[in-house]
Amino acid sequence: MSIAATQKKGVGAFIWEYLTTVDHKKIAHLYLVAGGFFFLLGGLEALIIRIQLISPENDFITAGLYNEMITMHGTTMIFFAAMPILLGLMNAVMPLQIGARDVAFPFINSLGFWLFFFGGVMLNVSWFTGAPDAGWTAYAPLSTTSPGHGVDYYILGLQISGAGTLMGGINFLVTIVNMRAPGMTYMRMPLFTWTTFIASTLILFAFPALTVGLFLLMFDRMFGSAFFDVALGGNSIIWQHLFWIFGHPEVYILILPAFGIFSDIFPTFAKKRLFGYTAMVFATVLIAFLGFMVWAHHMFTVGMGPFANSIFAIATMAIAVPTGIKIFNWLLTLWGGSITINSAMLWSLAFIPSFTIGGMTGIMVAASVADYQYHDTYFVIAHFHYVIVGGVVFGILAALHYWWPKMFGRVLNEFMGKLAFWTFFIGFHLTFFIQHFLGLMGMPRRYWVFLEDQGLDTGNYISTIGAFFMTFGVLVFLYNAIYSWVKGEKAPADPWGGRTLEWAIPSPPPFYNFKQLPLVRGLDPLWIEKTEGNGKMTPAEPLGDIHMPNNSIIPFIMSLGFFIAGFGFIYQTDYNAAYILLFGGMAIALGSMLVRSLKDDHGYHITKEELEREAD
Amino acid sequence: MSHDHSLNPETMPHNPEKATLEGRNKFLGLWFFLGGETVLFASLFGTYLALKNSTAGGVASQDIFGLGLVFLMTMLLLTSSLTSVYAMYHMKNNNFKKMQLWLGVTGLLGLTFLGCEIYEFAHYINDYDFTFRSSAFGSAFYTLVGFHGGHVLFGLCWLTALMIRNAKRGLNLYNAPKFYTFSLYWHFIDVVWVFIFTVVYLMGSVG
Repeated sequence: MSIAATQKKGVGAFIWEYLTTVDHKKIAHLYLVAGGFFFLLGGLEALIIRIQLISPENDFITAGLYNEMITMHGTTMIFFAAMPILLGLMNAVMPLQIGARDVAFPFINSLGFWLFFFGGVMLNVSWFTGAPDAGWTAYAPLSTTSPGHGVDYYILGLQISGAGTLMGGINFLVTIVNMRAPGMTYMRMPLFTWTTFIASTLILFAFPALTVGLFLLMFDRMFGSAFFDVALGGNSIIWQHLFWIFGHPEVYILILPAFGIFSDIFPTFAKKRLFGYTAMVFATVLIAFLGFMVWAHHMFTVGMGPFANSIFAIATMAIAVPTGIKIFNWLLTLWGGSITINSAMLWSLAFIPSFTIGGMTGIMVAASVADYQYHDTYFVIAHFHYVIVGGVVFGILAALHYWWPKMFGRVLNEFMGKLAFWTFFIGFHLTFFIQHFLGLMGMPRRYWVFLEDQGLDTGNYISTIGAFFMTFGVLVFLYNAIYSWVKGEKAPADPWGGRTLEWAIPSPPPFYNFKQLPLVRGLDPLWIEKTEGNGKMTPAEPLGDIHMPNNSIIPFIMSLGFFIAGFGFIYQTDYNAAYILLFGGMAIALGSMLVRSLKDDHGYHITKEELEREAD
Repeated sequence: MSHDHSLNPETMPHNPEKATLEGRNKFLGLWFFLGGETVLFASLFGTYLALKNSTAGGVASQDIFGLGLVFLMTMLLLTSSLTSVYAMYHMKNNNFKKMQLWLGVTGLLGLTFLGCEIYEFAHYINDYDFTFRSSAFGSAFYTLVGFHGGHVLFGLCWLTALMIRNAKRGLNLYNAPKFYTFSLYWHFIDVVWVFIFTVVYLMGSVG
């Protein structure tokens, strides 16, 4: 296979290329498209929830469908929208930022994507047979006794995609440890790479707890075990512990990469190096560490007792310290800078106050005594939407505007970018700010109706109006994305006056990224070369052959095998014929593993001559 | 690239498993994977400890555990860890035949261990009517020990595939990391068993 063979030939070849690709930049495209699709589904579910709550005792949807809607909205947004889009951004940018030609395990990278994708499809197939309705947290015994197969789809969908995420995490960890360019020491890595590294560590140590929790739930529902069955000595609180031992680090898996994104965008558009780089790195590590110590603050009202509650309350409040360090460092990066305001910067600037509000309410709900009042009310809904939308979604949108030229070779339209920002930003605060007060007035979460004249009517009405503003903003962004694809302005290699390595190579980068690995001489390596008048990176090696991995269809087939086996697991409780799916699917998956193991795959080389022939 | 050629003692690097970037990546990746596995087993142990007295009036751990068989199983698995070290020692000395021999011994010991475990489970089910479904203790016991047994089974399949695939071509820089990562995985399984022996069987026997 040569460079010529990888060029597009037709629609079939294009699809085949994406099915088999092991190139981190193409896998990033897959993550962004699939994650974006699930984001639209989750958004649609959110909109339906808000329409149901627009007026008291509304009957837009039934109570049962409402339960399915809230469960699917939460599950989809966390696992199949926010995480994959962030993994897509990491894939697109992190290897470029450390000056690597690819990730450590290109094959596993592809496998991780396809497992996530089939997990997401699995979950959403449930819309046709009855969706899960036990909430995204699936607390036992509600989840163990939920009739039908909805919760089964939840279990299998998350189990399959979770395995993919774990592989992605390990892959990024090894890539960052082993494959940094010459001179790229740890303390010269851009903050987005750092947060990718730390978030991957969190994935590694948090996801197995979910895996076990899901197995126990699966065994109880499908194979008659008694983990959560009190009559046989089971204990339903175990699920809550396992879920939150995973679930709390999960929110840092989401927010830390967003922190990294802002930490890269502010220096670029303020034309100043990041204020307090070292403090930023250590604050990230500290947040990650504390993130594992606080899971039980989701369980203050379970009855763990005042002693345990106090410990978890104090540990939770301690997280405000490193987070505060970060907020001040961003402000001081901007201080005195030569600031450019564009779409990416607007999302970043809007993030600071929005996230700070979410952080402040976080301290409020962390106070375990006061939490008895807030627990399971709209106050909590408002809190976590402020941190997840105000933090993660703003971060994703900032990153998309910032790295779009690098990922797709086109610049997003600024007017549409600003229109999308302002409508979404206003809609976001309209939707969620009022929910703090709805919660304080006693409106519980997860109820499909509320009564008239209890002071909740106006607030809910305003909240739903806000949701329509956000929808409009998302649609404008979507149009902008499609517009840029059709007739967007071609992007130069370095459209923003960038500081880090990804801006030192063409947009989009060639499939081998760096013709010669760059020599890194400090933090913000490209900026150093610019200030010293070189304008481009000094190569660290002579031009030579480049070793590349081969494409493979095996990841797709293996994931398909697990997908088929998933249906077997779900339906073997009803029909013996489902065992055919179960064993057939597992045979396909394990057989693919065996083929991968037995068949040598040495990859191929792009020769020096081919590289020389290519025009720069 | 030298990965197509078999190694001879002269060209052999000191650590063939870490001589290539791919090898170093595999080595580190497996260590990270074991980190995740640690959390997996920690969660299972936590669940077991929470439920070990939840017998719902059925058989309890003191009624059924026989330390004799479990001690034998412990010895089998510990020895297999040792023999896998011998295999790695011969790999570093580029003695492929002896490496295969000791890997074979490792596999046989693992297989015997698995046989004992199957016998043990059958014994509990047939003689004591103690099953996965009989109580929360039963569910937790079979899940924890069964997950370990599943890991042993997966390791045996992995080992068999590696040994058969490479039987005729000897050692090279492409397959050395594969053998080495297997041995790391095998040690990990062994360590988990030490904890199972202590937490499940010893603590279960003395009550």
